[in-house]
Amino acid sequence: MISGRCAACKSQRRKCPSDCIFSPYFPPNDPQRFACVHRIYGCSNVGKMLQQMPVQMRAQAVDTLYMEARWRIEDPVYGCVKLISQLHQNLNDTESELAKVKALIAFHKLQISQVNELHQPDLDASQSNVEQFQFNYSTQNHYPWFIN
Amino acid sequence: MASSSSSYSSPCAACKFLRRKCMPGCIFAPYFPPEEPQKFAHVHKIFGASNVTKLLNELLPHQREDAVNSLAYEAEARVRDPVYGCVGAISFLQRQVQRLQKELDAANADLLRYACNELPPPPANSLSMVPPPGLGITPSALQIQQLPQRPRSTTMEYINGGGGLYRQFPASYNYSLPYTIPWADTASDGIDEGAAAGGGGGGGTL
Repeated sequence: MISGRCAACKSQRRKCPSDCIFSPYFPPNDPQRFACVHRIYGCSNVGKMLQQMPVQMRAQAVDTLYMEARWRIEDPVYGCVKLISQLHQNLNDTESELAKVKALIAFHKLQISQVNELHQPDLDASQSNVEQFQFNYSTQNHYPWFIN
Repeated sequence: MASSSSSYSSPCAACKFLRRKCMPGCIFAPYFPPEEPQKFAHVHKIFGASNVTKLLNELLPHQREDAVNSLAYEAEARVRDPVYGCVGAISFLQRQVQRLQKELDAANADLLRYACNELPPPPANSLSMVPPPGLGITPSALQIQQLPQRPRSTTMEYINGGGGLYRQFPASYNYSLPYTIPWADTASDGIDEGAAAGGGGGGGTL
């Protein structure tokens, strides 16, 4: 229970009734909060918005209205839309970067598999080649100069 | 797109909605054409015509179109989601960026593991120059090409240059690739653009 008038009723210079729709969300010790919201949306618009939503959602709604109002006061041209635009751009850039890194990883994997094949070629085929070579020379008892 | 509906016979969307005469010099006329009634309806519902008038009067004429478009965007978001409005979209996008950033970090870690691997670099003509075993010819006889050193990764340059919402990559992660990459590093243009867009976007942490 908040004693005295809420920030909204103080700002509007009126009595604060017991069922004031603003009083739970605009305490008298934070006049700046209502001032921001009132400057951008207007008192009656905020009241209508709050009336049209369930009571349990109103606190969250007032918080987000306050955030957007502050962004709009700081940047009267773009408000919070500038941040949304930047986030979209960041998202696109990160996706591109991720795609590049994944392509590099795939390339590395391919290189590694090729190197592994180089060091472990088809042993059966090469072994039979060596055996054939040795057989050819052993039957003739003639070893070429490059075989130790 | 700005239009001068006051020079035509039909009133602008704002004056139509407010049921008043659209005078020459109407502040709303350039930005609320009669073909887009919903745009003003949403803006009026959330902000109110008098508040929008005050906002526009505080801006220079060349700023007003962007301001109206951003107000329309916010109003539409608030109409669709009366509780969270644009803040809901910002929260969603930030989560997406964080998720992708984690995925990018993991992918970079994988890339480092491959790049720092101790495997020898492949020979210049890869398979054809490797002899079968048993013939007494050693690999050292082959000329193995030394591949160019690449000081930092594309991702590291981007992250270190971007700032904004990205974490800094440690400077100690310098490595050289054992293989030539199949494309030249042409990402610097996109990186600069991305860095420029990403910088300064740190407001509104939720």
